Amino acid sequence: MADKMELKSVEVWDGNMASAQALRQSQVDVVAAYPITPSTPIVENYAGFLANGYIDGEYVMVESEHAAMSGCIGASAAGGRVATATSSQGFALMVETLYQASGMRLPIVLHVVNRALAAPLNVNGDHSDMYLGRDSGWIQLDTFTPQEAYDMGLCAFKIGEDHDIRLPVMVHQDGFISSHTAQNINPLSDDDAYAFVGEFQPMNAMLDFEKPATYGTQTEEDWHFEHKARQHNDLMTKVFPKIEEVFAEFEAKTGRKYKLVEDYYMEDAEVVIVAMGTTVETAKLTARIIREQEGIKAGVIGLRVVRPFPFEKLADLLKDVKAIGAMDRSSPNGTVGMLYNEIAGVMAGTAEMNAVMTNYIYGLGGRDMTVEMLKGIFRELNENAKAGKRLGAIQRFINVRGPELSFLGK
Amino acid sequence: MAMGEKKGWNEFDAGSVLFSFDKNAKVDNIATTLPENRPYSQSNSYTASVADWRVEKPVFNQDYCIDCQFCWIYCPDMSIISRDQKMVGIDMDHCKGCGICVDVCPTNPKSLLMFVEQKDEKEALAEWPSKEDKKEEK
Repeated sequence: MADKMELKSVEVWDGNMASAQALRQSQVDVVAAYPITPSTPIVENYAGFLANGYIDGEYVMVESEHAAMSGCIGASAAGGRVATATSSQGFALMVETLYQASGMRLPIVLHVVNRALAAPLNVNGDHSDMYLGRDSGWIQLDTFTPQEAYDMGLCAFKIGEDHDIRLPVMVHQDGFISSHTAQNINPLSDDDAYAFVGEFQPMNAMLDFEKPATYGTQTEEDWHFEHKARQHNDLMTKVFPKIEEVFAEFEAKTGRKYKLVEDYYMEDAEVVIVAMGTTVETAKLTARIIREQEGIKAGVIGLRVVRPFPFEKLADLLKDVKAIGAMDRSSPNGTVGMLYNEIAGVMAGTAEMNAVMTNYIYGLGGRDMTVEMLKGIFRELNENAKAGKRLGAIQRFINVRGPELSFLGK
Repeated sequence: MAMGEKKGWNEFDAGSVLFSFDKNAKVDNIATTLPENRPYSQSNSYTASVADWRVEKPVFNQDYCIDCQFCWIYCPDMSIISRDQKMVGIDMDHCKGCGICVDVCPTNPKSLLMFVEQKDEKEALAEWPSKEDKKEEK
């Protein structure tokens, strides 16, 4: 029996420790891991907890991230609660196996500490790895603070492991800005956290010898489409209600309220920044300041759920807005950013929505996004709103040295 | 099977998981239950013919068989049917025609030989070679 850890009502943890504690309190059966910066301390702390008797489980040291996720897939199919963590290049090496995990409907939890992708090599935070996973069939939860990394770390198991869902879940946080920044965290007690997450309920476990099951079947043109259709259907129709149910239960337990799409100052907002990760926090602060100082009706939307994409929630939130800035922290490499694309898709499908849209590429490789820069974006959006049309290019690069970089529709 | 008769996307188990046995069947002692008596499900390859691409087939000649069970042990697809340690025949729905059974057959002449898939079994048995004189070979 695992020892319990005495936690204070407020702990000072960085995002990595918050994630590691959420894993410990969920009593994961198998963690197969290959540590990589900046997510290393998640599995390092976890291994420490296990070695010191705080976890009844197995920690499998493997030879690569491909093997780490493969180990997780095997353990999950065998019938256990399974999790791991990774970043950047490690995430990229996992990609092939990510599709295996979701296609086999294995509810693995993966903490992704977002980091840029080489080349050039870079250990700092941007969303390139998160974007790389967006078509992989996983549920992707995004967090803006270490507290949220902890909270989503608990919710993730409850969402993915539900027998109607059975999908793997990524919990994202920004490299260093969240993962290595110590903040006050309000944890649950070990008992409360485990009671919330609940005991793992196996489904079609390979270790159930009375009911032999085959995982990893081959399907060709005659069956493959139906399996993919079912997975997509479940992502589109079952996941959102389940997330909302889990968030409601979490709020009842902790008082902390989460939504599929987080929105700030949206009641009367005319110009809105849509962002992910720690930038949401900075944008929130900026919106408050710019409302007070300049009277700009600024609002902020932060995506809590990246996949499945909360299309209808965004349509509802953005229908009366005049200008939208879609903030992409990943090099779009030859087109507009993903968020711009997705929100343009929402607008194309929503008759009432008629905002001026722009796309800001920012923060690559850990480049700062400051309050001053966000003020500039809000001002620009405000000019667009007043003019009722876009005054500059569709896509702009923010805070990059050299001549102004902007593309499309100049 | 025509497209229309196939299962729809909502009729599958999530994750394309396949079960060897029918869902509600209980198997108490699988090791002592003969394959034909096991509650194999439709998704188990036991119930399907998976040998339609065989081009050569083994033919069994009972006259020379000594029931040594070599073919039964070596067959990589469990396609040799043996009951009470007696060679019974070949499961043609699963045999891929690899010829390993013929290779390991120790009798003289062999009790198993490969023929083209279309060959009539009676014709094959009529053409069976006689005992080879090993001294003459040298």
